Formats: sequence, structure tokens, C-alpha cells
Amino acid sequence: MHEIFKDQNLGAMQKVITSLRFSFLILLFFPTYSFAFSGDQHATTDGGRVNEDEEIAEFIKHHIKDAHDFHLFSYTSSHGERKHIGFPLPVVLWTANGLVTFMSSAFHHDDEGKVIVEKNGLRFVKYHEKIYQLENGADGLVFDEDHHPVNAEKPLDISITKSVFGILLIGLLLLIWFSSLARQYKRRQIPTGFGRVLEPLVIYVRDEIARPNIGDKNYRKFTGYLLTVFFFIWILNLVGLTPLGFNVTGQLAVTGALAIFTLIIYLFSGNKHFWSHILWMPGVPYLIRPVLAVIELAGTLLIKPFSLLVRLFANISAGHIVVMSLIAIMITLKDELTPAGSIGLSLLLSFFITLIEVLVAFLQAYIFTMLSALFVGMAVEEHEHHEQHEHH
Amino acid sequence: MTVPNLVGAGLIVIGAGIGLGKIGGSAMEGIARQPEATGKIQTAMIIIAALLEGLAFGALFLGK
Repeated sequence: MHEIFKDQNLGAMQKVITSLRFSFLILLFFPTYSFAFSGDQHATTDGGRVNEDEEIAEFIKHHIKDAHDFHLFSYTSSHGERKHIGFPLPVVLWTANGLVTFMSSAFHHDDEGKVIVEKNGLRFVKYHEKIYQLENGADGLVFDEDHHPVNAEKPLDISITKSVFGILLIGLLLLIWFSSLARQYKRRQIPTGFGRVLEPLVIYVRDEIARPNIGDKNYRKFTGYLLTVFFFIWILNLVGLTPLGFNVTGQLAVTGALAIFTLIIYLFSGNKHFWSHILWMPGVPYLIRPVLAVIELAGTLLIKPFSLLVRLFANISAGHIVVMSLIAIMITLKDELTPAGSIGLSLLLSFFITLIEVLVAFLQAYIFTMLSALFVGMAVEEHEHHEQHEHH
Repeated sequence: MTVPNLVGAGLIVIGAGIGLGKIGGSAMEGIARQPEATGKIQTAMIIIAALLEGLAFGALFLGK
């Protein structure tokens, strides 16, 4: 009876995995095609190689940045009209007249500061994904030599941008997954369904990352944070590989916030030994102690969080840029390799680099969690007496 | 993006590359000598590689 149950379950699992695999493949090729078509359109309407290269660079830059709306793809209709497919997100601004909200579709996909939106007696334009509030009488942005607008100011922008939307979405998803997993343990020993995928990962983070780095005595207190960070980064990295175009973990603000969380946790949980080793290092001559204190303080307060934030940001952004550049091969090498050849080459390369990116997505989540655990472990470590060094 | 910046960033990246090679090579040797310690060696290797990579990315980031 048990065996049959197991077999059925295995069959269902396999089906799920196969269908997941297919949808993954479809997801993988979707952005490739949309990019290729948009490139084709430009080659015929604008022509010119230089133009094309600039546009590819522009496209990649745009993709890496946060945005006020979801932009899936664009095309030129038969009437010669430029059409954009995507969906808008709410814009929330804190101005002198209080809170101002409207949907980003009010800008009509304009990013050059041309479309003016009037709300609450204030007028706004969007220029390079930044929203400016125009001064009275101005009807367009004017820039000085340093590209700073002279007749507009930036209101406090707390919009639900693409990245914020991604964070909320993944946060909700994680909440649903893990609360249902936690509820299952009340009824039975082994979780069912998707919980079976999550359980080994949770145990992996607890036993391979938290326990060895923080120590048997203290690890329980910090496992919750490490698990949250691990799954948050990992799922967002994976979502970044889908054609939705998220680049949440490639935003300095997001990785910076995560690094600051780790910084706060290890600063506030640091014990007496941790602080004495930073501020007044025992066992070295008194003259050197202040010098060491400066170095240690810089390392603890700046270098550790900075390395955490730059590593994640740079890895994910670099991955996105590489994938986009390889996809762009089908446009740039079209003449040398024939269209079929360039598309084949770029599909092959981008397929394999995307597989590597799936690995990097996990590795970066692992490394961020591992280093966070290591830093926390250094702060809460129980030091034995220094005489023990002789036994080594 | 000035030339000294680029050269400096390039030098740091070359150094990081040499360092990564040494870490990987030593880890391979260690694993070959003591296959039962593979897990521990890999963990240590990844941590050191990550620290070094952070340095290299910092250089790229500041050299830009």
C-alpha cells in the first residue's frame, strides 16, 4: 500500500518536473525572440550599424535599471506607430502639497521628460526613470552643463517601482510557502507537496551554514534571519532570469539594505570579547592598539557590509549584462553569419550562460548567507582562555 | 573613466585572477590528498574566493 502511494507520488512529481522544465524553456526563449524582433524593426526603419550598437547599449542599460512600469516588449505597428506592451505600476510622490498618486501609464511610456502629468496643481515629468516636479511656468526640463535640471526639483519618490513590486511579490510568496510548511509540521512529521522541496533546503541552511559558522550554542537565534535572506536572494535571483525583467538583487539599494541588516545584527549581538578585540586588542603592545582599533573599526563598520553589498550587486548585474549581450549577438553579427547562423549562435551561447546564471543565482544566495553567518559567528563566538594556544 | 583608473582596476583584477587560481589549485591538491575532507575544503575555498571576488568587483566598481 505504501509502495503504491509512493509510486503515484513519484509519477506526479515527474509530471510536475517535466512541465516545469518546459515552461522554463519557453520562458528562456521568450525574451530572446522579443528582443530579436524589436532589433529587426530598427534595422529596417533606422538602418545604420552605429545606431544599432548604441540602441543595444541603451536597451541593456534600461534593463539593468529600476523602472516605474513593466515593459515586456515594443513593436512598430503597420501604421508606423510605436506600441509598447507591458503594464503600469502606481507612482507615489511626497511633495510640498502632500501625497500625490497616479498610475505610471499617465506618462504614456515617455522617458524623455516630454509628457507632463498634472496632479494636485503640480506638474510632473519622467526623465530617465526619475520623476521631476516642474516649477511654475516651465513646460519642459532644461539642463545645465552637468545634466542637472535647473527648472525642476525631485520630489520624494516612494513609488511601487518594478523592484519594489518584485520584493513585495516574493515576500508574499515566501510567506505563503513557509507558513504552510510550518503549519504542516503540526499534523505530520513529513511535509507534503512543495514543502518537500523546501524542507531539505531549510535543513541545509541550518546545518551547513548556520550551525558550523555561528556555533552550536547560539545558532538557533540567527537561523531565522539567515533562512529569510537566503530564500529572498535566491528566489529573486531566479525571478531575475525570467522575461519579467526583474533585476531586484542587482539594485544597490536592495543589496545595501540587506548588508545593513547583517551589519545591525552582528553589531548588536556582539559580545564583550568581540568589542574588546576591536577597540583594545589584547596581547599586542599598547602603542599598536589604537592603530589596530582604527583598522578593525573600518573593517567591521565599512568593509564587511561593503563587500557584501558590492558582491551581490556586481554578480547579478554582470550576469544580466552578459545574457543581454549574448542575445544581442543575433543582431550585431547578422550580416557576418546570416540571420539563421547568428540566431543559432546567440541561442546556444545565451542558453548555456543562462544555465550558469542559475548556478550563480544559488551560489550568490549561499555566499551572502554564509558570510552573514560568519560575521555573526565572529561577533558571538565564545573565546576560550588564551593559554590554550600552546596546545595546538 | 580615466586611464590610471582603468589600469589600476585592471591590475587589481589580474591580481584577483592569480589569487583565485591559487585558491582553486590548492583546493584541488588538498582534495586529491584528502578526499574525505572535500566538503570542508570546498566551503573554505568558496569563502576565500568570495572575499577575493568582492575585492575585484570593488576595484571594477570604483575604477569605472
